[in-house]
Amino acid sequence: MIAVNIEKKLKAYNGLQVLRIKKDFLPGGITRITGPSGAGKTTFLKMIAGFITPDSGIIKTNSITWFEGAQKINLSPQQRRVGFVFQDYALFPNMTVKQHLEYATNDTKWITRLLNIGGLETFADHRPGHLSGGQQQRLAIMRALAIKPKLLLMDEPFSALDLKMKSALIADLQILFTELGVTALIVSHNPQELDGVSGDELEIE
Amino acid sequence: MDLSPIWLTLKLAAITTLILLLIGLPLAWWLSKKRSLVKIIIEAIITMPLVLPPSVLGFYLLLAFSPQHGLGHWLQQTFNVQFVFSFKGLVLASIIYSMPFMISPVKSAFQQLPASLSQASYTLGKTPWQTFWHVLLPNIKPSLLTATVLTFAHTLGEFGVVLMIGGNIPGVTRVASIAVYDSVEQRDYAAANNYSLILFAITFVMVLSVFIYNKYQAKSPLE
Repeated sequence: MIAVNIEKKLKAYNGLQVLRIKKDFLPGGITRITGPSGAGKTTFLKMIAGFITPDSGIIKTNSITWFEGAQKINLSPQQRRVGFVFQDYALFPNMTVKQHLEYATNDTKWITRLLNIGGLETFADHRPGHLSGGQQQRLAIMRALAIKPKLLLMDEPFSALDLKMKSALIADLQILFTELGVTALIVSHNPQELDGVSGDELEIE
Repeated sequence: MDLSPIWLTLKLAAITTLILLLIGLPLAWWLSKKRSLVKIIIEAIITMPLVLPPSVLGFYLLLAFSPQHGLGHWLQQTFNVQFVFSFKGLVLASIIYSMPFMISPVKSAFQQLPASLSQASYTLGKTPWQTFWHVLLPNIKPSLLTATVLTFAHTLGEFGVVLMIGGNIPGVTRVASIAVYDSVEQRDYAAANNYSLILFAITFVMVLSVFIYNKYQAKSPLE
């Protein structure tokens, strides 16, 4: 279980606003995170990954504390090892599709499988600059899964995919999530985007 | 024609560029990260040679490293090293004088890379050093090449600062720019012209090559 109870002051156009989140995420579950623009959805994911430090509170997974303000515990992103799909994809322009996955893992069988699920086999030697938006987004998802994370944070992961590709990918991802025991937190501005995916919901206002 | 000033200039430029690559890259990376007052002050000091007359910089370096005073005296006594009127002094002065040409473009290039690139690498378990080497550095290649060539070319053209700290010792500190000045003083315009033409040709070819490389380099989506 991932227990989160954190607070962070955020700068907003009308002054400071406080982002307060208290929630337990069940292992293996999928949680859809919704809320208006600027509410702090991305900040929330980045606090869990360890890129942004909360002002106070606690983030705990199973028996390991990732963050505890009072005890000054704050594990690095490398120690937390969450899979993260960035909204801007954050692909490495110097690496080909295959090199992205090889940078993350040495498991060649796993790489082949990810290329297959992402529909990227024929583009294995292409750099991100020569991929379409949808292909880039799929690569970002596959790279995050390459480390076989227990927790996967996804920031608008399907926004560039057409309906057919999205449905096929979500179906494949659900199988993978079950297989790996992945807990997924998915930020989505589109409430219909994850229709058909059973799971929890967290609204950030 | 005595070609030793040309060889000395090329040697000085090569050593300066190499040392600046080694110290400039990590320094530029460090400066590109979160700003602080200390970083702003350090950056201002690094940038000073761009606006300061070279003779002023040379004068202070001469004072600082003079074997009769403070630091220069201590270096002479402790390590038996003398920077004034030596090739070592030229290298030191050139490093300080050309530092902004290496740091500035590289720092800007690092700053233009989205923070999410490093973050993505960290989530894959990579250390900051692995991230620097495999992700950041390869994605600033055109800027790094420009900075390297600018540093080299700028060192070729140094005059005031090297004259102040190195003087005009043939084979030791008499670089091409000083040889030009010296030849003109002696009214040997043919020699001055030869040195000038060689310097002009070398720097022009270098700068032109960078322009051509950057034009035909397949630009990454980030640059």
